[in-house]
Amino acid sequence: MSELLVRNAYVIDPLSGIKGDVMDIAIRDGKIVEEVGRNAEVIDADHCLTLPGGVDSHSHVCGTKVNFGRYMSPEDMRAGRTARKGVMHVTSGYSVPTTFGNSYRYSIMGYTTILEGAMAPLEARHTHEEFTATPHQDMLANTLFDGNWSIMEAVREKDVKRAAAVVAWTLSAVKGFAIKLTNPGGTEAWGWGEDVHSILDQVPHFGVTPAEIIETMIRANELLNLPHSVHIHCNALGVPGNYRTTLDTLDLVPDLNDKRQTLYLTHLQFHSYGGSTWKDISSKSEDIARAVNNKPQVAIDMGQIMFGRTTTMTADGPMEFKLYMLHHNKWSNHDVELETGSGIIPVYYSRKSLVNCVMWAIGLELALLTKDPWQCMLSTDNPNGAPFVKYPEIIALLMSRRFRENELALLDPRTAHYVPLPAIDRELDWYDIAVMTRAGQAKALGITGVGKGHLAPGAEADIAIYPLKPDSLDPSTEYQQVMAGFGKTRYTIKRGRVVARDGEVVVEGANSTIWTKAITPPEFDLSVDPEFVKKFEQYYTVRMSNYPVQDVYLPRGVCIATEASL
Amino acid sequence: MKIEDVVCTFCGCLCDDLVVEVDGRRVVSVENGCTLANEKFMGDHRLQSPIRRNGKGWEHISYDDAIRETAEILCDADRPILYGWSGTHGEAQSIGIHLAELLGALVDNTSTVCHGPSILAIQEVGHPGCTLGQVKNRADVVVYWGTNPIDAHPRHMSRYTTFADGFFLKEAFRDRRLIVVDVRKTESANIADEFITIEPGGDYAVLSALRAIVRGKREIIPPSVSGVSREQLFRVADLLLSAKFGAIFFGLGLTMSPGKYKNVRNAIELTEELSRHTKYTISPMRGHWNVYGSNEVFTWITGYPYAVDFARGIAFYNPGETTSVDVLRRKECDACLVVGSDPGAHFPKACAEHLARIPTIQIDPHTNATTHLSRIQIPVAVTGIDAEGTAYRMDGVPIRTRMLFKGEYPSDTEILERLYTLVKEAKGP
Repeated sequence: MSELLVRNAYVIDPLSGIKGDVMDIAIRDGKIVEEVGRNAEVIDADHCLTLPGGVDSHSHVCGTKVNFGRYMSPEDMRAGRTARKGVMHVTSGYSVPTTFGNSYRYSIMGYTTILEGAMAPLEARHTHEEFTATPHQDMLANTLFDGNWSIMEAVREKDVKRAAAVVAWTLSAVKGFAIKLTNPGGTEAWGWGEDVHSILDQVPHFGVTPAEIIETMIRANELLNLPHSVHIHCNALGVPGNYRTTLDTLDLVPDLNDKRQTLYLTHLQFHSYGGSTWKDISSKSEDIARAVNNKPQVAIDMGQIMFGRTTTMTADGPMEFKLYMLHHNKWSNHDVELETGSGIIPVYYSRKSLVNCVMWAIGLELALLTKDPWQCMLSTDNPNGAPFVKYPEIIALLMSRRFRENELALLDPRTAHYVPLPAIDRELDWYDIAVMTRAGQAKALGITGVGKGHLAPGAEADIAIYPLKPDSLDPSTEYQQVMAGFGKTRYTIKRGRVVARDGEVVVEGANSTIWTKAITPPEFDLSVDPEFVKKFEQYYTVRMSNYPVQDVYLPRGVCIATEASL
Repeated sequence: MKIEDVVCTFCGCLCDDLVVEVDGRRVVSVENGCTLANEKFMGDHRLQSPIRRNGKGWEHISYDDAIRETAEILCDADRPILYGWSGTHGEAQSIGIHLAELLGALVDNTSTVCHGPSILAIQEVGHPGCTLGQVKNRADVVVYWGTNPIDAHPRHMSRYTTFADGFFLKEAFRDRRLIVVDVRKTESANIADEFITIEPGGDYAVLSALRAIVRGKREIIPPSVSGVSREQLFRVADLLLSAKFGAIFFGLGLTMSPGKYKNVRNAIELTEELSRHTKYTISPMRGHWNVYGSNEVFTWITGYPYAVDFARGIAFYNPGETTSVDVLRRKECDACLVVGSDPGAHFPKACAEHLARIPTIQIDPHTNATTHLSRIQIPVAVTGIDAEGTAYRMDGVPIRTRMLFKGEYPSDTEILERLYTLVKEAKGP
């Protein structure tokens, strides 16, 4: 039995309704408990800001395309090198760090749970191998269904239950967590070098539209009673005028779940553009935020961009090719048979580019204009908008109008004509930030029940103690301290163990992988469905028996099992 | 006992549909495999126990002694290389890299003498690729450039390209056009719709000519480019452009002929050029069954696909300097651990000579050319026969190889874990 007592913590635990109380937190064997014995090890938090461990509900850190981002970018690897030190392995990389680099840097910032934003089922084994080498965070994998042939056939047949059965079989086979749709229909079209441009375009050969895929998958997801909602990267990412597609997508969303949102729209900054060309691109954050405010059944994340160098990577292959046609630096693409695609290009976001300045403003506006922080998560779509090490700077920007004004003064002076940001006074408070970086994310992912995102007795003892004293610090003016404080915890506690302290990881990690298994009635078991098996053997290039990810790849798997309502 | 869906651990095709009959610790028959697979599974002549040179010849030693002495040699070395890795599973590769990190060693894989140039080209211009099933289901034009799959990857054509029916090509052999480019007429060239014979060293020029034609600059093409007539170049470019989905595969004929990584870069840029008109992908024909896995595992741990030097404490990568061939040629290396490859057969003579001078230890199930350069050899189980683990197919698809029976040999993972523990103890905290 191991016991730990965190004393004098200034706690914000939104899911428990605690909005800034100085209190003690008792921990036994990795869980929060009511009290511990007098022999417990004690940490004095000294009135520092103490939050549940950070949760990132959309980040690209592990798997085929992430690793290819490293593989093709020795210049990025050179840009962030650390030597072996204590228990810490060598790390490389700035925007796409090595797995240990990701894990240490997240841990030092107080993050203990990460959802990998896009896993191709056929290559799931790779993602799980990298999860094991990301030892300080519990990991979850969004599983790509945007170009899945069996799904599109079910959509064409208007057979929601069949679609649900495909999802159930796949998630269970690949140990995935949730349904991800990346440019639904577009990744299949990209198999022919084409794309879809609105939610009503037809996917070549399959006779379905993105709208039909989205609507079917939302309903299939709820039939399976999965913890998370459908997680969508909308069509037409990065295209001037695409806010209409985003609004059309928002209009599709019914309200089907009373515990969480019915649709999670990721990196919405990239989907909130007005104008018709790169010359007249403008912010449509007000239109988008209004729609989000009117629809409590959706949640979004920002997809903030920050100036500087990074690497873009997504399953959205056609978008990356378009981006390459703008940047002409280097381009990788990787289509995955019967399932999805992906693309990678490095980018540099410049304060001297009006387009980039508008993008920068839009992300902040979405967070400031969305009234309910539970509906808007803080993210950069790491590393697409910026590497996650920029989160503290984003927090500071959201908490300080003065910081925003100072930054705006450095941008292309025309920016103010295209964005509403200068007129927004709102400054987020500590509670808002706690929601947007952990509580809201855990709730949106549906993992509060497995003890994530809160500090109530029974929860996992994942805790971040920051060297910030909310009682005496004014984030509006002292934003530099806010930035520094969120960049480096005093203590990061993972499952009751101090894992990082003052910027250094101090123990070897042992993470879990959280996955979902929807239990379906036997007639929906596709592993014995003759048509499904026949098509699998005909069109995939691996045998069906070699496709599922074996248990050995999840040494500490945590399965969330649900009863499907089929 | 017949075991189905067995994964073949010979070449980068990583075929996973073999049926292997096993009787105790013996493979009795193999179905669906090519001749290379049959030899891999059936012709399995193992080294019986660890061996060490004793001045006059070889002596058998215990695993304990072999591992202890290996650890001592590595700890004593100033500039050790841990080389190979493409013939073992990912879990062993991972331990090997961490061992190199602990030792401050240089760790390198067989890409250094095969597709290393392809990696350099990709690092300059990227890589538009896909999984092999995309090709099988969609490609109506297939190009093999500097590679002869019928001999080197015997089932590539039947599983993924020419003879493989797919969703959008119900009669692949009739519906697909095949272009083969090589310096001599190979078996693969015999069945091509269009065979281009290039003068040795002429790949770069021919690729440039095709790029120019695709860009609409036919008028600048001379009557002949590296032995290829203008008429054929036009014909081939038109064929390439007529594809709905084109797939280019290239081999060592491109990476290891004059021009090296520039050839590959040009081929990738041709692919990018074609992608502006229609769908195109390009893929290297990887040799060893898990060479791509070694690139993957190296990359997620160190940031680089091969040639990683830990001597400075950080991971340092500079091919040409930190590639094992170059370090051996400079005679810097003073001990070498070889795992799952045969540098004795593949390295330049000067490097092999240096390997013979320094203490070289080989971990490998079989005796091979490297045995003759080694001081110690430690036999292990064969991944895919009596050991299992992760492998990455040439297109990046990860597949778990199967253990067909529990044999008497330890796996690479077990040996490397023991080595790691000994070295860690010796190095202290």
